[in-house]
Amino acid sequence: MSDPAGPIDPPAITEEAVNAAVDAALAAIAVAATTAALKLVRSEHAGEASPLSKLNALMRSVPGNQKAAAGKLVGQARGVVTKALTAREDEIGTAEAAARLLAETVDVTAAASAWKAGARHPISLLSERAADVFVAMGWEVAEGPELESEWFNFDGLNFDEDHPARAMQDTFFVEPTDAHLVLRTQTSPVQLRALLSRELPVYVVAPGRVFRTDELDATHTPVFHQIEGIAIDKGLTMANLRGTLDHFVKALFGPEAKVRLRPNYFPFTEPSAELDVWHPTFKDGARWIEWGGCGMVHANVLRSAGIDPDVYSGFAFGVGVERAVMFRNDVKDMHDMVEGDIRFSQQFGMNL
Amino acid sequence: MRVPLSWLGEFVDLAPGTTPEDVHAALVSVGLEEEDIHRFEISGPIVVGEVLEFVGEEQTNGKTINWCQVRVAPDGELAADGGPDIHGIICGAHNFAVGDKVVVTLPGASLPGPFPIAARKTYGHVSDGMIASARELGLGDEHDGILLLKSLGIDAPVGTDAIPLLGLDDSAVEINVTPDRGYAFSIRGVAREYSHATGVPFRDPALALTVVAPVTRFPVTIDDQAPIRDRIGSTVFVTRVVRGVDPTRPTPAWMIARLGLVGIRSISLVVDVTNYVMFELGQPLHGYDLDKLSGGIIVRRATPGEKFTTLDAVTRTLNVEDLLITDESGPIGLAGVMGGASTEITAQTVNVLVEAANFDPVSIARSARRHKLPSEASKRFERGVDPQVAAAAAARVMQLLVDLAGGVADDLGSVYDMTTAPVPIVLPTGFVSGLIGLNYTGDEVRDALVEVGASLHDVGGVLQVTPPTWRPDLTDKWTLAEEVARIVGYDRIPSVLPVAPPGRGLTRTQTLRRTVAQTLAATGHTEVLTYPFVSEKANNLFGMPVSTAVVGSETDADGGVAEASAASAVRVPVSQMKVVNPLDGEAPFLRTSILPGMLQIAHRNRSRGLVDVAIYEQGLVFRPEAGVTYGTAVLPAGAARPSTEQEAALNAGIVPQPLLVGVVLVGNDVRHQPGLPAVAAGWQSALATVQQVALATGVRIEVRQGVHPAMHPGRTAELFVTALGAATAAASTVTVGFAGELLPTVADDYDLPAVVAVAEINLGLVFAQADADLTVTPIRTMPAATQDLSLVVAASVPAAALRGAVAEGAGALLESIELVDDYRGAGVESGRKSLTFALRFRGEERTLTAAEASAARLAGVALAADRYGATLRE
Repeated sequence: MSDPAGPIDPPAITEEAVNAAVDAALAAIAVAATTAALKLVRSEHAGEASPLSKLNALMRSVPGNQKAAAGKLVGQARGVVTKALTAREDEIGTAEAAARLLAETVDVTAAASAWKAGARHPISLLSERAADVFVAMGWEVAEGPELESEWFNFDGLNFDEDHPARAMQDTFFVEPTDAHLVLRTQTSPVQLRALLSRELPVYVVAPGRVFRTDELDATHTPVFHQIEGIAIDKGLTMANLRGTLDHFVKALFGPEAKVRLRPNYFPFTEPSAELDVWHPTFKDGARWIEWGGCGMVHANVLRSAGIDPDVYSGFAFGVGVERAVMFRNDVKDMHDMVEGDIRFSQQFGMNL
Repeated sequence: MRVPLSWLGEFVDLAPGTTPEDVHAALVSVGLEEEDIHRFEISGPIVVGEVLEFVGEEQTNGKTINWCQVRVAPDGELAADGGPDIHGIICGAHNFAVGDKVVVTLPGASLPGPFPIAARKTYGHVSDGMIASARELGLGDEHDGILLLKSLGIDAPVGTDAIPLLGLDDSAVEINVTPDRGYAFSIRGVAREYSHATGVPFRDPALALTVVAPVTRFPVTIDDQAPIRDRIGSTVFVTRVVRGVDPTRPTPAWMIARLGLVGIRSISLVVDVTNYVMFELGQPLHGYDLDKLSGGIIVRRATPGEKFTTLDAVTRTLNVEDLLITDESGPIGLAGVMGGASTEITAQTVNVLVEAANFDPVSIARSARRHKLPSEASKRFERGVDPQVAAAAAARVMQLLVDLAGGVADDLGSVYDMTTAPVPIVLPTGFVSGLIGLNYTGDEVRDALVEVGASLHDVGGVLQVTPPTWRPDLTDKWTLAEEVARIVGYDRIPSVLPVAPPGRGLTRTQTLRRTVAQTLAATGHTEVLTYPFVSEKANNLFGMPVSTAVVGSETDADGGVAEASAASAVRVPVSQMKVVNPLDGEAPFLRTSILPGMLQIAHRNRSRGLVDVAIYEQGLVFRPEAGVTYGTAVLPAGAARPSTEQEAALNAGIVPQPLLVGVVLVGNDVRHQPGLPAVAAGWQSALATVQQVALATGVRIEVRQGVHPAMHPGRTAELFVTALGAATAAASTVTVGFAGELLPTVADDYDLPAVVAVAEINLGLVFAQADADLTVTPIRTMPAATQDLSLVVAASVPAAALRGAVAEGAGALLESIELVDDYRGAGVESGRKSLTFALRFRGEERTLTAAEASAARLAGVALAADRYGATLRE
């Protein structure tokens, strides 16, 4: 420790000297704006060459009876300075961290992404949703071939070979016609397959693609989708059919939806009914919409599966998936459903 | 079936003001679905006028136009349009004379078209209205001149409103008649249904007729030597004769109007009457010119090669199943379908033989279909005509011909009736309530059945129900249950949710299908659903199986691929199914691959300006095996369970229809964005998608260099599947599809850019591997030792093979090996490449030493050197 000015009288440990050193230190700390500046301040005012350190060094020469008072004076002063340095250091550190983060600001609306959006087709989504409603009730989902034997598509379903209903169906046949293979015109063949292959009782739904020789236009497509349901058990009634359909349409279209049955004719059911849905949220106002056919499974269909119609009874229904999407989601043109324009499905994303 | 309200109102009372909509609503409730409403689109003032005088004025074009003075209101009264009682009207027709009563459409009227009438300047006059032709009024096709009221047998005072006078104020409801309700193809049947729906009484027009049996027998023989399905071709054949018909008599306007509303054009009075009665009672009728018949009538089947000229002047070659009406001259009618030209009613016919017969539905349906001659008659016979209405219908025709045509009913005729009474059906007590789920009272059941025309008998406490003759569809207790439910009302059926036994939930396959679909959508692919119809060419290209490329030895760096693709140049056509009646003649085959339809959709999106397209489809394809005969020549009868052998044959006859997923990627995988360069879709994107499918299904899909005729010869992967639990080293032999880039020329065929990435995977084969139970490897927590390894090998050695050799050699301590670099160029000999792998080793129970890790690494190198001549890159 040397003084460049040469040995002179060292300052005594006076209150004035200590306070002056503290005041100078606090003033320097207060104006230090950066970590680097504060480091310099620390060295000047709390380092070994700082005035307070020098005063502290004089403690050796303080007479014994004054040592306690002087020590207290200097010690407290150093404490004040150290505390101020630490506080200032935190302040500057916090501010500098904040400034660094601020500098990292991005435009979150301009994010680049290697990920891109895909989508499910609403036909698939609605079919799955419908199936889920039935699976939740203990029903099972069944499937069958699209290129089907006429026996499953017609004969076994009580379409006599000369029945007008058989000519009514606009069926795609494949060569050779005497092999009796057709693109199924309905999902009903799956009913028959389910009855032939399963133990009774049977509660099954069959979503699937079906085919009819209708040209594509705003409301028709030669390839479309149905959901078929069949339940065969002891004592099933037409009231059970209505109960099932009521539950189904509420699950699919909301609690206000309901079902109306109107007499109709299908070869594979007797009694038969046309199924209308009350669609409360239809865009042009609540209304009844024709959705499909249903009825009590015809005794001859049960017989085709080797089931005694005097012991078992059951009901079946079939509804169109395209039609449901059209009225549920206000799709005006069938072309949108079949053309595969990715903008169509992307409106639905992965949920419906 | 169209039902004019005025006609319906003859047999049931329609409340005043009943609208077509009201009638529709009533009929819908009993199962006759509404289709349409038909009206004469006409509005007044349209009145009866009298031509007072006319002057022919020759025009510059050579035509003569008449300037007519027409009285349209009684002398001194205002006309219906508020104008004078005499209107000056221009008329181009010449079929009238002074004093004729005509139909005048006055200014303000509107004719079908719509064609509004106004006073207008023409040919130098102001024509104050128009004199109408029959066609202009919507009353048929006649347009050769104006309509003269006398031609309709009408005389009415001048100024009379012509709209009701001509029956043009009527309207008709159109309903859809289901195949079981043939009787509703008549006003009689619909009126009965209207009565069911509303409760108003029904007056049966058939019962109202007085049927007098003929006295002199007209010879009729039914000689059916070849009944179809054991059913005689004709069971009822009634003939009656009316003589002295005046062929000049007009069909009355009301009849023309009603026929017009049901969709039938007026032809001549006799023909109109037979048509009219057919619509009224549902019995098809045929009128013959009696004087052209030779001898009696014989009903028989056609002989082989026999020919017959129908009314439409077409000569048809008959089938031995065709049922014919013949006389001594030969065929005079194709029964129930169309009459013949030789005995046709003409403008000279004065003596008419009326035929009211009942023919077998199957026989008529087949003939109508065979000769493509669906007619009003065949439509009714196919669905079943009431056999007991024939005599009444013949009587009704006679009555109308006497009343309207001045004919005289003759006592010549025949009544042939071989029908048997309907068999009673036993209806057990409580059956209807048990089936419908609604407790009907005994009275409700009985009343409903009586209402539809059945007769009931209580036989020892059991209800026996005899259906009416017009309801051939009522055959068992279930059909009776429908009648009760329908008449009481379907709206009365309660809603009771049944409880199914506990189910198994979705099957593994069903869950996996959904997972694949969800995964692909979540990874940027959009689901499409394409039609399965393709061209033979597309099937022959895309339906080919993928094969493994013959990748050669070290010396055969590039030759292998080219060789394999040359070998595939000789190809046999792909076995495929053809649609007999396709909508698109260019695409009559069922797809063997899912890709061709998707490529068309990719192109459609591109053509709409959507440049980046990533699509997928899950669906069935149709893959008959070559040489296998599918289907069954004989089908088992319905209504009985097929025998085990029959069922097996039906199932064996089904063409294999595997479930595939296809993927098509065009444009960019990642588009150019701030700080992110574009990544073009290519073979690697397709392989990434394949691995997404593998992840979704829980299998391992391995790739090998592959060859497919639709695919780029050097950028195609053959895909193999193994279960996740299977040993890594075991190479799979289960090919599940292919992925990579299309041949650029194929892409061009679909108007797509040169690089199109595709993948096609047989999901059934993938799912089959997804069921294996997976055993979890315990997670080791000791510190890892990581090392890099660069090996130089021949460029033709697949990276996966080298990686496999290193992994196998390094043994159990190697936890992970990833390819991080493929370097060719300076420092590496030409024809060779340097592959760098990142290796991670880990001990099972303790930290590995550097020496242990290095020893394992060198063991890997040694096997790679041994197998592929790999050398460590220094």
